[in-house]
This record gives sequence, structure tokens and C-alpha cells, in this order.
Amino acid sequence: MILVTLIGIPILAGLLGWMLGRRNPAWPRGLALAATLSVLALGLYIGLTPPENTPWLRQVRLPWIPQLGVGMHLAVDGLSLLLVLLTGLLGSVAVIVAWREITDRVGFFYFNLLAALAGLIGVFLALDLILFFCCWELMLVPVFLLITIWGQRQRHEAAIKFLLFTQLSGLLMLLAMLALVFVHWRVTGQFTFNYVALLGTMPPPAVAMLLFLGFFAAFAVKLHIVPVHSWAPDAYVAAPTAVSVVLAGIMLKAGAYGLLRFAIPLFPQSAEAFAPVAMGLAVITILYGAVLALGQTELKRWLAYAGISHMGVALLGVFAWNQWSLHGVVILLLAHGIGTAGLFVLARMVRERCNSADLRDLGGLWSTMPRLSAVAMLLMLALLGLPGMGTFIGEFLVLLGAFGVSPLVTALAALGIILSAVYTLRVLYRGWFGPPRDGQASVDLSRGETALMAVLVGIILWLGLFPQPVLRAVSPSIDDLRMATRGLMVMEHPAPLVRLIGWGGER
Amino acid sequence: MNHADYLSLAPLLVTAATAVAVLLAIAVRRSHAAAFIITACGLILALLSLGLPLRHAPRGVTPLLLMDGFTLAVIGLVLAATLGVALFAHGYLARLRLAGDEFYVLLLLVAVGACVLAAADHFAALFLGMETTSIALYGLIGYRRGHRLGLEAAIKYLVLAGVTSAFVLFGIALIYADTGSLLFMALANGNSLLLPAGIGLLLVGLAFKLAFVPFHLWIPDVYEGASAPVAALIATVAKLGAFAALFNLLWSVMQPGSSVCIAVILLAVLSMFVGNLLALQQKNIKRLLAYSSIAHFGYLLVVVIAEDVLLATIAALVYLTAYTLTTLGAFGVMIQLSNADGDADHLEAYRGLAWRRPWLAGVMTAMLLSLAGIPLTAGFIAKFVLLSSGVDAQLWLPIFALVISSVIGLYYYLRILLTLYRAPEAQPASAPLPFTGGVALAVLLLGVLWLGIYPAPFLTLLEHLLTYLR
Repeated sequence: MILVTLIGIPILAGLLGWMLGRRNPAWPRGLALAATLSVLALGLYIGLTPPENTPWLRQVRLPWIPQLGVGMHLAVDGLSLLLVLLTGLLGSVAVIVAWREITDRVGFFYFNLLAALAGLIGVFLALDLILFFCCWELMLVPVFLLITIWGQRQRHEAAIKFLLFTQLSGLLMLLAMLALVFVHWRVTGQFTFNYVALLGTMPPPAVAMLLFLGFFAAFAVKLHIVPVHSWAPDAYVAAPTAVSVVLAGIMLKAGAYGLLRFAIPLFPQSAEAFAPVAMGLAVITILYGAVLALGQTELKRWLAYAGISHMGVALLGVFAWNQWSLHGVVILLLAHGIGTAGLFVLARMVRERCNSADLRDLGGLWSTMPRLSAVAMLLMLALLGLPGMGTFIGEFLVLLGAFGVSPLVTALAALGIILSAVYTLRVLYRGWFGPPRDGQASVDLSRGETALMAVLVGIILWLGLFPQPVLRAVSPSIDDLRMATRGLMVMEHPAPLVRLIGWGGER
Repeated sequence: MNHADYLSLAPLLVTAATAVAVLLAIAVRRSHAAAFIITACGLILALLSLGLPLRHAPRGVTPLLLMDGFTLAVIGLVLAATLGVALFAHGYLARLRLAGDEFYVLLLLVAVGACVLAAADHFAALFLGMETTSIALYGLIGYRRGHRLGLEAAIKYLVLAGVTSAFVLFGIALIYADTGSLLFMALANGNSLLLPAGIGLLLVGLAFKLAFVPFHLWIPDVYEGASAPVAALIATVAKLGAFAALFNLLWSVMQPGSSVCIAVILLAVLSMFVGNLLALQQKNIKRLLAYSSIAHFGYLLVVVIAEDVLLATIAALVYLTAYTLTTLGAFGVMIQLSNADGDADHLEAYRGLAWRRPWLAGVMTAMLLSLAGIPLTAGFIAKFVLLSSGVDAQLWLPIFALVISSVIGLYYYLRILLTLYRAPEAQPASAPLPFTGGVALAVLLLGVLWLGIYPAPFLTLLEHLLTYLR
């Protein structure tokens, strides 16, 4: 039942805050913070207490629409737990950021924010395809409203683009789900949308490939892989900061999670056949995002393209599908989520102080705001993958895993990571060094802001220096996922270099 | 006609008797309130009497009508939708200071016609039902006598209905010439070319009534010209009856790959795309809803060609229910915003509604999301069941058309949604919500959400009903 509570708390707090918010806007704010913090606390509680049953840490099955084979099946393992924790953490950050940013219709704002978070938690917990789909769509409408009502210029276009992209790909996924269920029904006579039951279904290869592509479309759009990325920069720039934090920090990760949990284990052969294409797309995404990030002057847009580039790395790791790359993907998702969220908050702080978050108007921030600049430097170093930071561990493991599969692809991806150093240092250089510009208020971070950023930076450092607890938490889930693909999707023939160094054994 | 026959016909008899009762009441004393109360009570009684035919279902009452589970479900929807329109019309007519009494008589006649259409098992009943609906609707569309567009729409509908009747009658004549019978069942055993020709003409006639592309040109003008409650009536009650008739009629002749099947697929795909594309640039909400209804009935045609009878029937009923709830809700909001200055059918009338009248905007939001098929609303469950039925029958072409065109559709629903949440320009005085309309809207909102969040009991009810299939 604790899992139902996890989804229920944000929704209830949102509704309550909306009702009470008419009198006093402090209510929705306080309730929202309490809700996100309790999600975090419940997540930690699940992680620290011994599991109830295997293979899931916690599991609940309730009937929902039995006539259609749809059930309320929620379960959590290490992978989903970490993402729920990320949701709780970044949800709290978003709530705190919105505290002063949003002064208009506060109750409704927090209702939408919390509904989106509830949808996300549902996505990470659902083990029934239709329940998953409902949660997947449930987060769209609140985000749409958040962007259109509280966003900045060009918000309507950005919001509509966001919704159309995700909806079209979502419907393709729904179609694939239905087709899969009917194939399963024809073979076994059991009509169910339950993930565990559907795992062994083997549709004919041609059909399986189409179904796999349906799932892949939905997740690729969320992960903004290159041909379907164009909604992302617009949405990030137009959205209020709190929403950018949720979008870039958590919602993207749902795309990678979907690939890991659903698309590949349900259709291992198709995934294997498709892997070269996916890895090619990953490389294109990495390089394309990096090259465009080089030319951006607006901080939020720059972050969007940097995010596109990094999610390319995640896609590469997912399709390399071995121990190293998968562990790397998880660390990368967490570290990138926290780092990007921190940078979005930072862009907002710069904007508040200098009335602009455009590099052409900035300069010499280091001399006027040392504390803010120190945080900026740490976060940017994390983004470019400096050793000691979480992103480094993630990217290193992904590249290590991918190298065994395709040295060429890995080399190209590494090129993108070099570019990431260039575009990050360029921003740092132009914005923070040099002579200060006129008209910049020199108000450094307040104590509260420092504390918030310190928490984020601390977690990134922790992920970089002691990733072992996280790796240990996800290892069983990754083993299960790889078991589900029953030896497929394992790239045989380790590259000679890897074998030479003696790394080839465990894969 | 014996005892069981009368029991089987109870809902129809009660509705027809209510119409007579309203007429008699008008003869005694003209009173809007009295006419409304008699109508509402009569319709509620008719809804309650739906339980009576169940014991004898499926039962043919005379050769003309057949009361089975599907028919009863559609009749229930028709009666509920008529009740909803009556509740909305009460406040609307009072605001416009229109004489209300005859309105309810015509309203009830439309309902009777639609029920007969849904129960028809014989071409004579089909024709009778169609004509009863049409004749009552002429009067309703032209009800605002001074209104130029209204009169134009009434004339247009008159011409349309005349053309439809001609097509249908000619089709029936051809079928009779071939099979020598007027029963629907006769369609299965014709042996000359006259039969397909007859079926084709019938299909064209019904396609005119349901406004499938390319027979759709009348519908936006008629919606725009008719007053908002009447447009709601055309969109729900009249279409429900006609669709049920089409469904009953085509089941007996539909074979995969037959020419009828191909024609239906063509109608479906065209309706989905053309309906949604034409709605894209609409600024008039009534016309927009007209085009969106074209697309929705295009989606519904998928079930007519699906293989599995039970699944298809459930899909049809769930979709019709969701469509009726949602369309009535959207029109209901429009009716609440309409006053003597004109109907609130322009997009600008909805600007900033969320900050002026949050409850109405909330209802409208739910209805738009449901029309767009977003989860946790009735529209999603309906689309889900519909897609299941299509995937089961492997109708890939119409299904892909459905998916693509419903994303096109999403765009214009979103545009209305955006308008609702834009900053308002001026603050017009907000009128209080009339009691009857408020109750109807609340029920519709709850229905849409309940069906979207926990549809299991409703599905159980349908399964139970469909054990009485013909």
C-alpha cells in the first residue's frame, strides 16, 4: 500500500492546496513541499527497510478494469526506487524554486506541478501497460497547462508542440501495447496488460519490430533523440524554472526508464536488430546537441542542447545493454538530472540578478558574486564530466560498455564528450570571467539558496566519489532486466582490446 | 400484441405518452414550468421503465421492432441525453424569453423517433423513425423565429432530410424488389445486383444523416443556425438513433473484403481526416464541434467492420456513451454562457473563462480532454476499447488513420483549452448558474470522470445487457 500512498500523496496535497490556496497562498506552497519531502522520505524508507518479497522491493496488485485485463499493478525495484527518490528530491527543488517565482494563481500552479509529479511516480512504479500509459499521459496535461499559463514568451507554441509530439508518439505506443496484448492472447488465451505476464511473448519478428518501434517512438520523443528533439529547447525556454527542473531533471529520465523496463525486455530480438540504428541515432544526437550547444548564448537554451547531447549518451548506454553501460546509464541519469536541475535554478538566479540570462549581457560574474560563481563552476564541471563528479562515472561506464560493442561509435561519442568540455567552458568563460558589465546587481546567494545548491552539489560529488551504494542498489534490477532478455541483446565477440586488458570476462 | 409486448415497449410508450401529456397540458394552460416538469418526469419514468423489457429481451415486438440488449442500451442513452437537453433548455429558453411549451413536445418526438430507429428491425420502422426525428427537428431548428441563420438552417435540414428520405426509400424499394421482404434479415440472402445497389443507396442515406464525408456539407451550417440546445440534440440524440440503425443494419451484411466493407472503410477514413482537418481553423465552437462530431463518427465506423460481435458492440456502446456525455457537456457549457444577445459560439467568448467562471471552465476542460481522448476521462476508455476492437480485427488502415487524425484533432481541442486559460480582457458580469443546468453539468462531469477512472462497473453492466443480444 505504501506504493499507492506514494502516488496519492502529491495528488491529495495538490487538491487540498488548490482549495485552500484561494485564502492564503502559503497553504499550497507548504503542502506541496510537505508532499515532495514525504515522497523522498517514503522512498528512503522503502530503500532502507528489508524487502517484502523478491524480485520486487515492494509490490501491490489491485483489480481495476478486470474486463479489459487491466490491473493496478505497482512494484518497485532498485532502479525505479532511485528514480522515485530523484523525483522526490527534484520535486522539492521545483517547489522551493517556484516559491517566489510564482505569485499568480498559486494553488492551481502547485496542483498541476504535483499532478505531473504523481504521474511521473506512477510511470516509475507501474507494471501494467495501461496503467503505465495512463500515468505517462497524466503528466502531459499538467505540464501543458504549466507552460501555457505561467510560461514566458512563445509559451503557447512551445506547449502545443510539446503536447503534439508526445501525444502522437504516445498513441503509437498504445497501439503497440494493444497489438502485443492481442498477440499474447491468441497464443496463451490470457487477455492481460500485465508486464510480467507479457514478458515472454514472442510475436513474429516483423510484427515485433513494428511494435518495438511503437514503444521506441514514445520513449525517444521523451528522451529527445535527434529527429524528434525539436520540442525540447522551446519547451525548456518557455517553461517557468520549476517546470524546466521537472522536465529536464526527471521527465526525460522517464524515456530512458521506459526503454530499460519496457521496450527492450518486451522485444529483445527486435531491440538487438535495431541496436545499430539506435546507437547511430545516439551518436548523431550527441554530436548534434553538442555542436548546437556551442552556438547558444541564452543559458536555458544552451542547457537544453547540452541535455540533448547527454541523453544521446544515455541512449548509447541503453542499447549497449551490458553490465557496465547499464550501471553507467543509471548513474548518468541521476547525476545529469540533479546537475541540470541545479543549472536551471542557477540560470534563474542569474536572470533575477542581471535581468538577463544571455551570455551577451553577462560577464565577470565571478568578481561580483563569488558564491554563486563557485556553485556555477562546480555544476558546470559536473556537466562536462570531470572525474570526481557523478556524470564522469556515468559517462565513463557507458563508454566502457559501448566500447566492447562498437569501438567506432564509442570513439565518435567520446568526441561529443570532448565537445561538451568546450561548450561548457565557453559559457563559464564568457559569463563568469572578464570585466563585470554595468548594471549587474551584486547580490550573492542568500543563505537559503546556498543551502539548496550545496545539497545538489553534494549529491553529485557523492555520486562521483562513492557511487557504490547506488550501483549496489541497481545491480539486482539490471541483472533482472538482462535475464528477461534471455541472453539476447548480449553483444558477443568482445573487442580485442577489451579482452587484452582482461575486462572482457564479465558481460 | 400481448402483455410481454407492451412491457417490452414500455420506454417507448412512456416517452410517447409524455409527449401527448405535454400537448394536453398546453391545451389546458400554457406554462413553461409545467411543460418542463412533465417532460422531465416523463423521461425519468421512461428511463426507470428500461428495466421492464429486460426480462423478455431479446424480443421482436411485431415484425417492426426488436428490443435486445444493444437497443435497450442505446434507448437508455437517447432518453438520458434528451433529459440532459431538456434540463439545459429550461434555463436557456427562460433567458431568451422564448415560449417553451412546444419545444418540449418536439424534443420528446425527436427522442421517440430516435428510439424507434434504434429498435428498428424492419425497413418500415427505419423509415418511420427517420421521419419522426426529422419532422420534429425542422420545428426545433427554426424555433427562434426571428433568427435569420436559424431559418436558413431549418430549410437546409428540410432539404437534406428530403434527399435522405428519397435515397433511403429508393434503396428499400430495390432491396424489396430483390428479396421480397422488408426485414433487415432479408439483406443476407439476396441474389441479384439490385441488393448491393439498394444497400449502397441506404448507406448513402444514413451517411447523410450521420454526416459522413462526403455527405457532411450540411452539418456545420445546421449546428451554427440552430440554437445551442437543439444543436446538442442533433449531435447526440439524432445521431445516436441513426448510428444504432446503421449498426443493426450492417451487421447482417458485413463480410470482410466485401464492397460494403470497403465503402465503410472509405467513409471512416475520409470522415476522420476531413472532419479533423476542417476543424483546425474554426473559430466558431459550434462549427468546430460539428466537424469534430464528423471525425468521432468516423472513428465509430471502425466497430461496424470489426469481427468480434461482442467486443464490437461493447466498443460501440462505450464510445457512444462517452461521446454523448462529452458532447452534451461541451454544449452544456456553451448553453450556460449563451443569452439573449446570441449563443456563445465564438472562441472569444471563452477567453479567460478559467478565471471568470472556474467551474464552467473546469467542466469544459474535462470535456475537451475527453474529446481528445486523454486518460482518466471517458474519451480515453472509449478510444481504448475501440482500438482494441480494431486491433482484434486487424483493421490497420482505419486504425492508423484514427491515431494520426486524432493527433490532428488534439490540436484544435488544445486551442480552445488555451483560450480558456488566457488572461481575460474584460470582466463581464458573471450570471448565476441555473439550478437545472448546474445539476446536469455536474452529473455529466462526474460521468466523464467516473467512466474514465473506474469503468469496471459500467463495463459489467454492459456485459450483462449484451447477454440479451439478438
